[in-house]
Amino acid sequence: MAIAARDFRELRLDGMSRNFGVVNALKGVTLNVRRGEFIALLGPSGCGKSTALNCLAGLLTLSGGSIWLDSTRIDRLAPEERGFGMVFQNYALFPHMSVRKNIGFGLRMQGVAKAEIERKVDEVLAIVRLGDQGDKLPGQLSGGQQQRVAIARAIVIEPPLVLMDEPLSNLDAKLRLEMRAEIRRIHELIGSATIYVTHDQEEALSLADRIVVMRAGEVRQLGTPEDLYDRPAHPDVAEFMGYRNQIRSHAAKSGNLLNVVIGGATLAGTPVDGAGEGDVVAAIRPDDLKVTAAGALSVTVESAQYHGNDFYCLGRSGDGTELYFRSETKVKKADTVRLAADPSRVLVYSQARP
Amino acid sequence: MSERAMDAPAERLPLRTRLALYELDGVTLLVLPAVLFVIALFVYPFAYGFVLSFQPKVGDWLANYAKFFSDPFLYDTIEATFRLAIPATLINVLLSIPVALRVRRMRNRRVLTTILVIPITLGTVLIAEGLLNYLGPQGWFNRTLVLFGFSQVRLVHNYTGVMLSLILSGFPFTFLLTLSYLTGIDPSLEQAAATLGAKARARFRHILMPLLAQGLAINLCLSFVQTFSVFPSAVLLGAPAGATRVISIAAYQAAYEQYDASMASAIAMIMGFCQLAVVVLILGARHFVYRGSAGGGKG
Repeated sequence: MAIAARDFRELRLDGMSRNFGVVNALKGVTLNVRRGEFIALLGPSGCGKSTALNCLAGLLTLSGGSIWLDSTRIDRLAPEERGFGMVFQNYALFPHMSVRKNIGFGLRMQGVAKAEIERKVDEVLAIVRLGDQGDKLPGQLSGGQQQRVAIARAIVIEPPLVLMDEPLSNLDAKLRLEMRAEIRRIHELIGSATIYVTHDQEEALSLADRIVVMRAGEVRQLGTPEDLYDRPAHPDVAEFMGYRNQIRSHAAKSGNLLNVVIGGATLAGTPVDGAGEGDVVAAIRPDDLKVTAAGALSVTVESAQYHGNDFYCLGRSGDGTELYFRSETKVKKADTVRLAADPSRVLVYSQARP
Repeated sequence: MSERAMDAPAERLPLRTRLALYELDGVTLLVLPAVLFVIALFVYPFAYGFVLSFQPKVGDWLANYAKFFSDPFLYDTIEATFRLAIPATLINVLLSIPVALRVRRMRNRRVLTTILVIPITLGTVLIAEGLLNYLGPQGWFNRTLVLFGFSQVRLVHNYTGVMLSLILSGFPFTFLLTLSYLTGIDPSLEQAAATLGAKARARFRHILMPLLAQGLAINLCLSFVQTFSVFPSAVLLGAPAGATRVISIAAYQAAYEQYDASMASAIAMIMGFCQLAVVVLILGARHFVYRGSAGGGKG
């Protein structure tokens, strides 16, 4: 039998909350996860995403709410009784055990026969492509290899749910891209549900089927990567999704759109969270501000970073508004350029981010 | 780099740079006082005592050692000392593990640590004084026993008294050492073991113990050396002519009752050899345990 996740239909978090003293680290998170799904918990540090993961693993006790695996309530079970696989940020490999011993540890704890352990360890070593490294100690491996061992150790027990706590944050940029693809490949191979904690929106967008954006212990938005990228429901989600320009402005109705004043020019934008006339925040991604001679918005370039196929620029308009934009043509400091944006790419929110 | 280039005088590095390559600089001089201190107060006296032990008052150069090992009044002190030092060391170190495991998770660890450290600062003589008063024939403990109709127990001026004192004064030390080794083990290792299905007992056996073994070996060595040289409590709380006539008492009597510095040196050398033998034995056993870092990874 190949390594495959134990079968289940649904993992249900029902109002999961956790206090640390008077601090509410987690304020009632509700979420359903289906078998085979890849969920990313995304948010800045301190938003409660790691707390949520530790609650799921059983390393933290809930102060309220419940967790259900199909019809079984599991939030009162000790971590060793839940049978979830967990990959830690620092890998947490047992330094005194060989790679094989590390990977086989979970099976040994289940009382699996020795020959069976050996067979499964071989199989999972092949999955993570570490076939010839089995007898080394973790300290003799590179960071990327250690990460693979940590993943192998978590999946060899065939858990219904794999929990990953910022597993790529200790790797260098190149390796991170490589391991990202590996994690998705392994997830699809074993068919478990994966819950992946990260603060990197790119990682979340590229890996997950659904993303849970968290802020201050609450779920701010839950949706597919496309939903979140195109239509963030909240200015702080927008900020996380790369809407770097967030300008306080004033809006006036114009059909289905809202006209907002930005840097002395009037741009048409799309209302998102029921924004109407009055004080609003307009959010625009630097990629969506296009340099064009017909643009309504005129800015003076303050800095331009060369990024290979384009320039990442900071401009300042006549009234002092700072705007980040990308330019495909070469621009220099002190140049004056005109910018325009498609109305569907100017998102207008009624409230500012706190 | 070719050898020729190294030899060429034109490329010879300045002295300061060459010293820097071996991490030697002005700050290194600060080690000097410590080196002088060690030479003056350890190396010289040790060497002096070693030579002195082979210059007995009467007889050939080995006479002191021959005398020691032919007189049961003298050689029995080795056994008496081991009978105190080994159990006391084991009790202290083994007891420190569960206590440290519990204390590690406490929030007001500082308070407890401070309370436990007080016996160290009091010193053995004060502890002996306290135990004599508390556990002696007229002490509270025996008075309470008599009050409830039990007979008195003899807890001082014998083996038990010395043992109690060794535990009281030695435990805080082993506890602090064990606690520091234990807190050096990455907590995520235990968490990882738990998520892999290991219950508390299995986590202790497969994760904590192997990672702690190295520290426990050092702890055993230090604790043993400390208890082996027991003197004040063996005299004050023990039976210095009987069951707790430890080797340091024999050395003391040779030096200050018989004024035989040469014999005293020989006894001190034998004592040192016993300590060294046990330390070598314990450190040798470390080969069988994991000796690397107790961290969870490179991160």
